[in-house]
Amino acid sequence: MSDGTKGAAGPSIPITVEFTGGLELLFGNERKHKVSLPACMDDGNPTNIAYLLPYLVDNLMQDQRKEMFIMEGNVRPGILVLINDADWELEGEETYELQPGDNIVFVSTLHGG
Amino acid sequence: MAPTACFNCKEARAVIIRPKNRHKLCRACFLVVFETEVHETIIGTNLFYPGERVAIGASGGKDSTVLAAVLKTLNERYGYGLDLCLLSIDEGIRGYRDDSLETVKRNAVQYDMPLEILGYGELYGWTMDQVVAQIGKKGNCTYCGVFRRQALDRGAAKLGIKHVVTGHNADDVAETVMMNLLRADLPRLSRGTSIVTESGASDIKRSKPLKYAYEKEIVLYAHHRQLDYFSTECIYSPEAFRGSARTLIKDLEKIRPSSILDIVKSGEDMAALVPQEVNQGGRKCGSTVAAEDDVGGCGSQNGRTSGGEMAAMEKELAENESAESRETEIRLPKGQSLNVSQQKVIKKQTLGHCERCGYLSSQRICKACNLLDGLNRNRPKTAIEVSVGMEDEESSSTLMRQMERTQLTNS
Repeated sequence: MSDGTKGAAGPSIPITVEFTGGLELLFGNERKHKVSLPACMDDGNPTNIAYLLPYLVDNLMQDQRKEMFIMEGNVRPGILVLINDADWELEGEETYELQPGDNIVFVSTLHGG
Repeated sequence: MAPTACFNCKEARAVIIRPKNRHKLCRACFLVVFETEVHETIIGTNLFYPGERVAIGASGGKDSTVLAAVLKTLNERYGYGLDLCLLSIDEGIRGYRDDSLETVKRNAVQYDMPLEILGYGELYGWTMDQVVAQIGKKGNCTYCGVFRRQALDRGAAKLGIKHVVTGHNADDVAETVMMNLLRADLPRLSRGTSIVTESGASDIKRSKPLKYAYEKEIVLYAHHRQLDYFSTECIYSPEAFRGSARTLIKDLEKIRPSSILDIVKSGEDMAALVPQEVNQGGRKCGSTVAAEDDVGGCGSQNGRTSGGEMAAMEKELAENESAESRETEIRLPKGQSLNVSQQKVIKKQTLGHCERCGYLSSQRICKACNLLDGLNRNRPKTAIEVSVGMEDEESSSTLMRQMERTQLTNS
């Protein structure tokens, strides 16, 4: 469990992040993570998924192979992102503004059995 | 963003965008649509007959778990009358297969299906751990593939079952099409695309009912039904040629999701155009191909070494085996297929039994036994000789004798 408010003052957003389909292997073999994000990004806008991605790499990812999760600044093709169980494409992808209690799931389709 | 309504029921919140047509569906509609499409594939290809006993090649991974769940659902919903069971192969890779076999055991309880587990160790006297210790990581997928195909067949035979279904999905088929396109192997491309592979003899029939199902939808199906599956990466699998084809497919899907089914469709159309001379000339490699392309649970993960060693191995295997009667004719147009069967009567290999193990084979010695020969020959030798390879055995022995003499002289 990590609590990453980055020492920022002001309100924070608690969310749950899940890694499944083999992705958990990159995150200490832990599927569910409770994360607390600052409500606003540095530019003053509400915190969105674009903020979350590098945050996860910097704070939760234990594997060194960053490119297994993020490629060219975006989620690696073959990894599905679900925002409260809905395909993130339906929610605006990186621009989706996180709400308290949100459940963000990253599922890899790239792993075998 | 306001929630989008389901394209199908117009009521519930859409949570899925279908890759093939961009339809936005709610959870309930998605599950039904997914199942119905598999049902249509099954009906459209006459895959089963009532009362048929079918073994599901189960690895504990997403594809075979979804296949088991969907087949159970459809069997009950549409009254197929199938007698389903799970068949798992234990390759003997510590830290890889043990956990997934635990998943399969749970699946057997969840789906109320009998389970048979067959190990490479008991079948061949070699676990994959031992094979890799002997030959190294390079090229080990060939062994694993050949062994697995036989193992599934043997497991089915043991259970008295004539039909094995595997969880190969549209992405797997698209990858195979791309790979064979890139290495100019039309015969193999043609075989890889057909839904059923079987030999003319009383051998075991293989099929892939999820052939048209997107990997993405398989994962989402598993997610939304909360199926219990296990994901892992084979610890011996090098990300080589198949890995690149896979990346290409996933990149294409990102830009244009329908690409995957379009590649499958193109593969089928190309298969229909493969002239019989191409299929019968040069490389004859029916069941070798099947062994490699039909690599069960980890098929989508297995990379291939593209080096000459692997090519040589494939060539050797290809020469040893000719069983193309297994899987080509299904997609051919009428005129050609007549032609095919005529040619086949002439060219057909008599299916006999391997002299070593008694397994059905068109050759005196089956492929698995050929591979085992190589392994067993090297077993008692030292690590130095193993790394040199078979062709150099003679010279390296000589070298060792020379070294022994040198040592004697020195002392």
